[in-house]
Amino acid sequence: MTSLFQEITPGAAQEIPVREITVMVNGERRSAVVEPRLALAHLLRQGFKLTGTHTGCDTSNCGACTVLVDGRPVKSCTMFAVQADGHDVMTVEGLAGPSELHALQEGFKEEHGLQCGFCTPGMMMASKALLDENPSPTEDEIRWALSGNLCRCTGYQNIVKAVMWAASKLDGGDTEPAEVDS
Amino acid sequence: MMKLRFASPEMLVDINEIPDLDYHRIDDDGSIRVGAVCRHADLERSSLLATRQPTMAAAAPLVADPIVRMRGTLVGSVCHADPQGDWASVMTALDASIVAQGPNGRRSIAVRDFVRGPFQNALAFDEVAVEAVVPAPKGEPAGGYLKLERRVGDYATVGVAVAIDRVGSQVSRAGIALTAVGPATMAADAAAHALTGRPLTTDTIGEAAELAAQAAQPKTDHRGSADFKRQLVRVFTSRILTGLLRSEEEAA
Amino acid sequence: MTAVDEVKIGGMGASRRRVEDNRFIRGKGNYVDDIVLPGMLHMEILRSPLAHARIRSIDTSKAWAMPGVRLVLTGETMAARNLAWMPTLSYDTQAVLATDKVRFQGQEVACVIADDPYIAKDACEAIVVDYEPLPVIVNPTQSMAEGAPLIRDDKENQSDNVIYDWEVGDKAGTDRAFAEADLVSKIELHYPRSHPSPIECCGSIADFNRATSKLTVYLTTQAPHIIRAAVALVAELPEQMIRIISPDIGGGFGNKVPVYPGYVASILASILLERPVKWIEDRTGNLISTGFARDVYLQGELALRRDGRILGVRMNTTADHGAFFSDAQPSKFKIGLMHSAFSCYDIPNAHLVARGVYTNKAPGGVAYRCSFRVTEAMFFQERMVHAAADDLGMDQAEFRRVNFVRDDDFPHRTSWGFLTDSGQYGKCLDVGLEAVGYQDFLKEKEEAAKRGRLLGIGISTMTEPLGAGNSREYDILGIKMFDSAELKIHMTGKALLRTGAKSQGQGHETTWAQIVAHELGIPAEDVLVEEGDTDTAPFGMGTYASRSTPVAGAAVAMVSRKIRAKARKIAAHLLEISEEDIEWELGRFYVRSQPDRGVTIQECAVAAYSNMPDGMEPGLENVAYYDPPNLTWPFACYIVTVEVDPQTGVWDVLRMVAVDDCGVRINPMIVEGQIMGGLTEAYAMANMQFITFDDEGNCIGSNFTDYLLPTAWETPGFELHEVVTPCPHHPIGAKGIGECAAVGGPAAFVNAVMDAVKGSGVRNIDMPVLPDRVYEALQTGQDVSGAPPVRMA
Repeated sequence: MTSLFQEITPGAAQEIPVREITVMVNGERRSAVVEPRLALAHLLRQGFKLTGTHTGCDTSNCGACTVLVDGRPVKSCTMFAVQADGHDVMTVEGLAGPSELHALQEGFKEEHGLQCGFCTPGMMMASKALLDENPSPTEDEIRWALSGNLCRCTGYQNIVKAVMWAASKLDGGDTEPAEVDS
Repeated sequence: MMKLRFASPEMLVDINEIPDLDYHRIDDDGSIRVGAVCRHADLERSSLLATRQPTMAAAAPLVADPIVRMRGTLVGSVCHADPQGDWASVMTALDASIVAQGPNGRRSIAVRDFVRGPFQNALAFDEVAVEAVVPAPKGEPAGGYLKLERRVGDYATVGVAVAIDRVGSQVSRAGIALTAVGPATMAADAAAHALTGRPLTTDTIGEAAELAAQAAQPKTDHRGSADFKRQLVRVFTSRILTGLLRSEEEAA
Repeated sequence: MTAVDEVKIGGMGASRRRVEDNRFIRGKGNYVDDIVLPGMLHMEILRSPLAHARIRSIDTSKAWAMPGVRLVLTGETMAARNLAWMPTLSYDTQAVLATDKVRFQGQEVACVIADDPYIAKDACEAIVVDYEPLPVIVNPTQSMAEGAPLIRDDKENQSDNVIYDWEVGDKAGTDRAFAEADLVSKIELHYPRSHPSPIECCGSIADFNRATSKLTVYLTTQAPHIIRAAVALVAELPEQMIRIISPDIGGGFGNKVPVYPGYVASILASILLERPVKWIEDRTGNLISTGFARDVYLQGELALRRDGRILGVRMNTTADHGAFFSDAQPSKFKIGLMHSAFSCYDIPNAHLVARGVYTNKAPGGVAYRCSFRVTEAMFFQERMVHAAADDLGMDQAEFRRVNFVRDDDFPHRTSWGFLTDSGQYGKCLDVGLEAVGYQDFLKEKEEAAKRGRLLGIGISTMTEPLGAGNSREYDILGIKMFDSAELKIHMTGKALLRTGAKSQGQGHETTWAQIVAHELGIPAEDVLVEEGDTDTAPFGMGTYASRSTPVAGAAVAMVSRKIRAKARKIAAHLLEISEEDIEWELGRFYVRSQPDRGVTIQECAVAAYSNMPDGMEPGLENVAYYDPPNLTWPFACYIVTVEVDPQTGVWDVLRMVAVDDCGVRINPMIVEGQIMGGLTEAYAMANMQFITFDDEGNCIGSNFTDYLLPTAWETPGFELHEVVTPCPHHPIGAKGIGECAAVGGPAAFVNAVMDAVKGSGVRNIDMPVLPDRVYEALQTGQDVSGAPPVRMA
């Protein structure tokens, strides 16, 4: 347990089987006692208070909950928390370094790759997985790699540009400076 | 299924952590083996399939969406036995088998017998599907997979898997199977038979496409009428085979 | 000293990067489901599996007995507190939790409040409801049939399923125009039911504090003040004790305007339990019960002269409102702004007849990315125009051009009474035709046809009324459609701006500051923008109908000008000169005769707190309520080219060209983002978003595996162009833009497909233009209707 105190609901505690798990989350070792049916997304959000991972559907379609498990993009609503036991999980909160943003974060802002922001964490994590595997993707490769993530606001064109911006920056290439940044 | 609470199993066994089930490889005899936790994404990126098993290579990128492909598996998809699942058709067209392991050892079940009906498979309650085995080709393998999906990750309105082996220009073996046009994956055996022992020609292709359409038992629903779905089977069968004929002609 | 550089300070016209992004890209947004309050409980809703049934009994005993369950609410519990029914925004009533009957599949029947959402869902499954099935109605024909079962038997004086009959226009004049016509072009269309489906579903956290009597509700709402008023009315709580907080919202598109039963139930639960209660809707709940859009049928007729002039228009619409008339629309017109159709065309005679009916489907009628039936109006208009041009054998572009209101005809009063005020319709069309290479495409299409390929081009041109309202014609529950802005200039020259609007992705935190920068010369980065908290924001009507910039944005400009007027007096005091001798340039007042002598707005701010003239009230703060004199009228021309596969009915977009004239653009980057988002939804509606019903009233499209939203892969690339005609009455010349593309776009896609299949004799395929419908149309040469029930065999 990570908490000092957890209230036990009379009658409930004995009946529900629980499992203790340990997950590396954004480089930090986290342990928890969970019901086996708890989704990884809910462990991250409610358990570990990492609310950047969102849930938007019940059918593994929207991809808002995409995180990296052992470096691979996974819809965290489709995985039980217990399945992450002993594995390495990276969420949007782990993208930025201590002092600077990840190139994808900058790219999404620079190219207006987000509006309401709800799909954005999942989009960025799926994009990170793409860039880790393919540092200079074409537009088609980006569209293909992000086709498991739904965005309702942007029409995707600026998301594609954002990923290209990040790819260029990570490659050490020039990126257009913002016209006005504040 | 569980998130929508269509299924609430009392016990689930996670096989993901079982070591050494994530393989897909080709054996000395030319058969391809896919382990139970080999992901769709591994097959999509496989250079082995790209060179040795064109039907599987064509289907792999069309399964679900890129993120789901990171977790989902071929063997799992076949076990799930969804009539709209892609892999069961591909495996049926390839005459593949599922290897089940239980307390009494291993047994091999042809996929066409393994898939019993919608969401029903032939596993005993104490068995686990451990791998899929695609038999060695009887010649040079060729084939393809086409499906109508209205967007990435949509269930197939119709899917068609075609797998043929050729010796010279003769078709030495053929398999055609259909997705989403029946209560389970449909094997279009008569269509496949029409190709076997003959060269691919416009006529044999037309005949096979028509027989494949006849083998379909589609239902009218919000994805389209039965007639439309039968038409898609006809068109897709014809397009895959015509593509193979063209590449044969270009190679000649 | 010179004026500040407006672009450098992030003023008008700067593609300023968004302030709100700083938290979103870090995963530090604050959406309703991210909020955790001490002692918070979780609510889940049990929904009806049947579309029409009498409730014989509800047994909640097993649910109550489950560990972790704190409360079970049913219609009976609600009725005991007079909360079983609530008023809708269209003066009807809607069941909160069903008492007598369920009237659509997915209707709210019971709620469980428990320690966690998993337990609450378990307990919902343990509730046993005994239903007596009743005959089901899924379309207006069934609804109006002789002997149809009465859906709203709860209402007195309701003897059939008709909600209203309404008409507008000059019937006699229109009849005469049709009598004189050379040709009458007729078409029947169905704009299908659609759902906005923001990626974040709806949700609420109600937190009632018995000690202070204060109710705080965190809510996914586009209009927090309206909700406060509604809660005050429904829950009979004093308004000052209600605080609605709309935190970050994961997209709205109209879905988050209405009051939903889940909100009300969570509020009651919190009052009863004296603990915070969170309700987060699942996707199925969102799709089958909350604010759908459209579902309108049209019989349309155009009276045509041989030379292409339109002499008159007749529209006869029938709207399927579902089980409760809960349209979220503020006009005095029963069918919203349907009669804004044809506003860009100069048509002397027009008559519209509209009927609304109940069916056993989810209620809604929300303005999904549009102003109150404007999407239907413009779709019907451009489909009618397309068919009429074909009937006349006239070029699609030319037919539109000869009927456009000319640039020198403004202001122009339409036959249905709207006043359009500005535009360059012909120029926009020219820009679009040029961009797409119109003549070349027509040749290419002809060549392709010889090889059996089906290419098509679709044009959609329209002006639409955006930015409700003016208060004469628009109100919600009697509250006039103005909006507000409050600006506080701190003594260091930094500022806090609050408005009555509420961003759901539109970027208000960025653009509002740009308006302040434009009006006052205070750098945008020095202006903090806050919205969504009714305890702090000035009263406003919220964000929908593309009204933020036209109304709240105007209020921001107006409050800035009030501040400037006061600052001018302070400047005169500081410069020791008469106010009349002072000039303003961006960021600075100066002495007319000595331009070097001046004071900056920041210096005025310091003085407002430290050195104000005698008799002047200290401080530099103000508030403005803006009641627009008219709607704004942006214009758009959308052109799509497609190729149809005749063997499968699949169609692919080749190109999508958009020309938008939304007046002055505050932040071009954000404007383009809005346009592309709208185009994507237009494509989605035309191509795949399909929410229909079988003959038992089962919703087909109850999750994202059936109700399809396009991904990055299918979504076409967009080519954007602009024309700028400033709005003559808006303080900064801006017009609404958020919805134009979603409103005008769908017809461009459908027209393109219809153009491609024209040779078959087919005149209409209803949306979504699914491959099977295209194939069927090509096979039969017949139009394909999309009206439910969907065929299932």
